[in-house]
Amino acid sequence: MTNTEPNNTQQAESSAKRSLPIVENFTRRAVVKGGFATLGAAAFVAAVSPLRQAAKSTTAVEFMQQHYTELSPEQKADVIARLEAETKEKYGADVTIADDRPIPGTKFVYAINLSVCNGNGKCVEACHKENNHDRSTNQSYIRVIEMPKGTMDMEKGSTTYSGIVPKDDKFYLPVQCQQCDEPPCVDVCPVKATWKEEDGIVVVDYNWCIGCRYCEAACPYHARRFNWKQPEVPAEEINPDQSYLSNRVRPVGVVEKCTYCLHRTRRGKLPACLEACPTGARVFGNILDKNSNIRWILENKRVYILKEELGTKPAFFYYFD
Amino acid sequence: MSSIPLKQTAITSYPKFIGRALWLATEGSFAFYAWMTVLTAVFLVGANAWANQVAGGMITTNMTDHVSWGLYIANFTFCVGLAAGGVMMVIPAYLYDDEEMHKVVIIGEAVAIAAIVMCTLNVVVDLGRPDRFWHLIPGIGKFNWPMSMLTWDVIVLNGYLLINLHVVGYLLYMRYLGRKPNGWWYLPFVFLSIFWAISIHTVTAFLYCGLGGRPFWNSALLAPRFLASAFVSGPAFIILVMRVLRLTTGYTAPASPARTLIQIIRVAMTINLLMLVSEVFTVIYTGSAHAAPLNYLFFGDHGKSGLVPWIWTAIGMNLVGTALFFTPAALERSHVRILACLLVIVGIWIEKGMGLIVPGFIPSTLHEIVEYSPSLLEWKVVAGIWGLGLIILTLSLKLIVNVFTGRMHTDEPTT
Repeated sequence: MTNTEPNNTQQAESSAKRSLPIVENFTRRAVVKGGFATLGAAAFVAAVSPLRQAAKSTTAVEFMQQHYTELSPEQKADVIARLEAETKEKYGADVTIADDRPIPGTKFVYAINLSVCNGNGKCVEACHKENNHDRSTNQSYIRVIEMPKGTMDMEKGSTTYSGIVPKDDKFYLPVQCQQCDEPPCVDVCPVKATWKEEDGIVVVDYNWCIGCRYCEAACPYHARRFNWKQPEVPAEEINPDQSYLSNRVRPVGVVEKCTYCLHRTRRGKLPACLEACPTGARVFGNILDKNSNIRWILENKRVYILKEELGTKPAFFYYFD
Repeated sequence: MSSIPLKQTAITSYPKFIGRALWLATEGSFAFYAWMTVLTAVFLVGANAWANQVAGGMITTNMTDHVSWGLYIANFTFCVGLAAGGVMMVIPAYLYDDEEMHKVVIIGEAVAIAAIVMCTLNVVVDLGRPDRFWHLIPGIGKFNWPMSMLTWDVIVLNGYLLINLHVVGYLLYMRYLGRKPNGWWYLPFVFLSIFWAISIHTVTAFLYCGLGGRPFWNSALLAPRFLASAFVSGPAFIILVMRVLRLTTGYTAPASPARTLIQIIRVAMTINLLMLVSEVFTVIYTGSAHAAPLNYLFFGDHGKSGLVPWIWTAIGMNLVGTALFFTPAALERSHVRILACLLVIVGIWIEKGMGLIVPGFIPSTLHEIVEYSPSLLEWKVVAGIWGLGLIILTLSLKLIVNVFTGRMHTDEPTT
């Protein structure tokens, strides 16, 4: 403390000499202060010790992993092998994680016939199973709103309806990610962990998301979910057919969303919610294909989109017969 | 004698100055050590709670997919206002050459430094994956600038911290050396800090008001309201700090700066309340979709009324506090002044915190009403952040007083 550098001024040197008499006091205080500082540091280490538990589940390789779009094919293969091994280790399930890419010349859109949907909720359940959602919270990407006939105001609807459906004075409005062409969730993400792919699907890199949940606040359709805890799925219930950007078991602390089941749709299959629908209300397809069913519906039916005034340009349509 | 320190000297002596500053700032009476011990204990409780949150997942908070931001972001918003409020000392001191204010302006800057540290911590504890914090660092991460308002906030908050650290550090260092500060070294930063202070709260408001799906936030009045309330809570907090300094260290600030601050509070609070009334009227009278969150906030909705006691407490405190500020007694060193400051600080903490963040999510975008009240763990974490913020503030104020009273001077290394 009282030592001075050789190149310091005369003034400083003289001041150092003048302070000599209290050096003894200084040393005693230094010991006391040092003692308290050590005690404080030790208490801090003890206080944050639960972090060591958390650190165990994160490897250095995972910590250093780059953004999905910057991984080389070899790196991707390594990451996928690691994730498959982790699923085996943590969940006891043998899974295959693919890296399904968009099919060129494809733009996926979805439509629901509100005259037909009867609110049975099979789509909600199918999504839950297909996408390896946490069992205890009964998570799903789809919510169905029971609406009184004669209004489009969701304020008058209910998502917690029960009893036999359909009720005479109600219609049913299933809502999931609208895969917007102007997605506010993508704009707000501070780390580009979510983006829109060429086939229109908005995806999340679960290994890049920092969990700030800004996207969840930005989405006007309540389409995003956060992993408040590590998802729990029994080994025998895990859907082993997975993809990196869609239904692989998500890590804790990150945001996820509907991907139009890209692990199915990019392989020529239909989304799980559509296959599960017993009423045929759901129509899915490539809008760029002139002969597709979905194209015919959009051209010939009275089509409606949710919250059009917000300018999000959904790739999700509702229509009536 | 040049007022710019020689490079070699500054490089070796500035760290030494910091070291001595820390040493002297941790010297004090029994009461000081007791205060610091309490703050440290509170901070440790918060650190432990946060560590448990990271280990167990954010299920340990009471946030949900419906109310996905809660107490942390509420406290963050208030702290941004606190940091921005200090500029109400800088403007009179530097733009209006208020000599008396000039003497104490550094206190406002010290409050800003502690408040910004609290802001950053509030965001960090809200992250689901704090281990991936590096993704936010420009260069090595992927910084979604300029699209994401959160990246703007990262820039303006860190920039404001650096500006204030530089100005406070430089001015104290010069005073410690017994030299006259060279304007070129700090005045440009002071003027920059005026714009910057306004930007931190504007950008923070833009975080919310830019979201079209949240009608409660999606209002052009949000940023002006943020600023008006910041110019109440910030100066009120600084008045409290000056009182505490006078009582504990005997360092008496001149009387006029506090009076100037109270004049500012009178105007800012009136504008704030006027804008609140304007907003409530527009929404309620129109009865549009925007009305649901306000209805929930003020009167409860569908039998759910978790925030009603909060907001009416805040309104009551703000009104009484404002009335007290308009009494002549508030211009004196009175208890009325202190009471008024406490009332508006708590009132704005609720209004800008829980009263602003939570109704943004209730009802949800699909009009579901899921209520939120913070868990014990969240309260502990926020208390811990305040503990650390007050530790930083206490130490910087002690440093300021030590330098200002000449206790810490290059001629007298220790006392």
